[in-house]
Amino acid sequence: MTAPLDVSGSASEAQPEVVLTGAGQAVQGRSLTGIAWMRLRRDKVALTGGITVLLLVLVAVFATPIIALFGHPPLEFHQDMIDSSTLLPKGDFGGMGSEYLLGVEPVNGRDIFSRIVAGAGISLLIGFLATLVSVLIGTVMGVVAGYFGGWVDQVIGRLMDVFLAFPLLVFAIALAGVVPDKGFGLEGNGLRIAMLIFIIGFFSWPSIGRIVRGQTLSLREREFVDAARSLGARNGYILFREILPNLIAPILVYATLLIPANILFEAALSFLGVGINPPTPTWGGMLSEAVRFYTLPHFVIFPGLAIFVTVLAFNLFGDGLRDAFDPRAH
Amino acid sequence: MLIVISMVTFGIFFVVPQWAGSTPEALASRYVGRAATPETVHLVAERLGFNDPIVVQYGRFLKGIFVGAEYDYGAGVEQCPAPCLGYSFISGQPVWPDLLDRMPVTFSLAIGAALLWVVFGVSVGVLSALRRGSFFDRLSMGTALAGVSLPIFFTGMVSLVVFSYGLGWTPPGGAWTDLTENPAQWAYNLLLPWITLAFLFAATYARLTRAGMLETMGEDYIRTARAKGLREREVVVKHGLRAALTPILTLFGIDFGLLIGGAILTETTYTLPGLGQFAILAIRNQDLPQVMGVVLFAAGFVVVASFVVDLLYAVVDPRVRLS
Repeated sequence: MTAPLDVSGSASEAQPEVVLTGAGQAVQGRSLTGIAWMRLRRDKVALTGGITVLLLVLVAVFATPIIALFGHPPLEFHQDMIDSSTLLPKGDFGGMGSEYLLGVEPVNGRDIFSRIVAGAGISLLIGFLATLVSVLIGTVMGVVAGYFGGWVDQVIGRLMDVFLAFPLLVFAIALAGVVPDKGFGLEGNGLRIAMLIFIIGFFSWPSIGRIVRGQTLSLREREFVDAARSLGARNGYILFREILPNLIAPILVYATLLIPANILFEAALSFLGVGINPPTPTWGGMLSEAVRFYTLPHFVIFPGLAIFVTVLAFNLFGDGLRDAFDPRAH
Repeated sequence: MLIVISMVTFGIFFVVPQWAGSTPEALASRYVGRAATPETVHLVAERLGFNDPIVVQYGRFLKGIFVGAEYDYGAGVEQCPAPCLGYSFISGQPVWPDLLDRMPVTFSLAIGAALLWVVFGVSVGVLSALRRGSFFDRLSMGTALAGVSLPIFFTGMVSLVVFSYGLGWTPPGGAWTDLTENPAQWAYNLLLPWITLAFLFAATYARLTRAGMLETMGEDYIRTARAKGLREREVVVKHGLRAALTPILTLFGIDFGLLIGGAILTETTYTLPGLGQFAILAIRNQDLPQVMGVVLFAAGFVVVASFVVDLLYAVVDPRVRLS
């Protein structure tokens, strides 16, 4: 079933969405966004993903009060929870209980719950901002390539090919590894976060760029662009006022799908020890510490689950969003 | 492509540190070690040419790779044969032979996993597309979505905890036997990494194959093929799958190339002595020549793999002809 792009007038035409929501009603004009929103609300899986994402963002934003209420400061050592001979947590299930919700880490006894809550902020921050960087680069490159065509398109297209085939992880690791602890006016983990955002964003823009380029190519030939041009509009006006607003939906969809990829990327870099430096808690970093303690399932599982749930939620929501905006879906 | 990669690699190791505030002397001091006097550092900076303009340095870097280089360390001239990627400054060994030593591990890992994930991912994708909406389709697509969302270092660790340390079915991490030594042991040791790695990729491939198949199976020529009385199997495999395979092939070229260049996460998780582990160790040790070598090596493989894929297009896609 194809949803009409601009639903207007004529009740005699097939209106699949109307049939579903209840015939008899007067046919209303609906925007593409309106249709998408309606479809999204009906997609339970995507909604679950979306709500989870929202909850995660809330957790990340209110990390400090949450930790104050339910846990201990993420960097605080609790040697009283550690068996001094084995260096493993005392008690069953890694010291889980009302005091330490998800147990404590071996050796130093840090509160795993607090560390996971604190790690959410860094994961999401890098995930969002890196995506923002790639959306900015990708949109500019894609629009310019698609709109101007010719040799500009050739050059940018080539560049995208090169970037897509890049040994990304290796380069990111190398780059993250050579950057000193101080530079660009920043220090320590502030610099590392900024650098990770830049590296991840800079290497993942072509996926957005391709989509934007393709959309721009088809938008460029549409009547309203011709109309604007014949009215004497300049390129800048057409790009920003005519084409860009029509690109927001696909950009939003693919940005949502890029966020989880970037979160995984950050986790991988931190896992490998070239991301955020300890003791600042990150999910990837927690997993890399867990490597040495195979006998402690809770130490492996909770940070892993945190990554999994976050990435899955974004993927579900993004998939739903894409289906909702895709006129060919359903 | 190779040129771009060599420039970026060079840029990362020689230009970025300078932007970030490193002086030629600071760079050189990493080559001579911490205990060096300022004079030695200055001398090494001169010798290695860190004070030269960037373009000159880049030229020398390329020359080392293609024709080899000579290092004048004062005590005598040292020859570094053709693919000269410099010397490790931890062990003092040339980088290239070290890379070659590590290659079989990564190669075994990548090839085995690739076979598994292509066969598994594509067949699950095709079946899901054919039985769209069925229980099998939902189950496999649900699993695939979960698979896409799971980081390999997590699944790897869980698999080790369960199958190696818990059940004792598979060897612990770090087990590696050469293929020529004992093929059975080789396969047994790699089984768990293969499956874990393949699971991750199979998920993506199943999703992609399913989407591609759904699209091609709706095409007119599929109806034509059915109308002329071909068996369903033939329609699906020869007409449907063949067309749906092209984007998968593209992805495979990239994925496989990247994997050869260092299945870094997998090797770190299972502590396999391959190129990925080499890269991580090199970075931890701040061993710049080694890092640079492995990066270039990895990039080279991506280029080779994408070239092979271009050739394979001619086989899969009848519209492409080699001229």
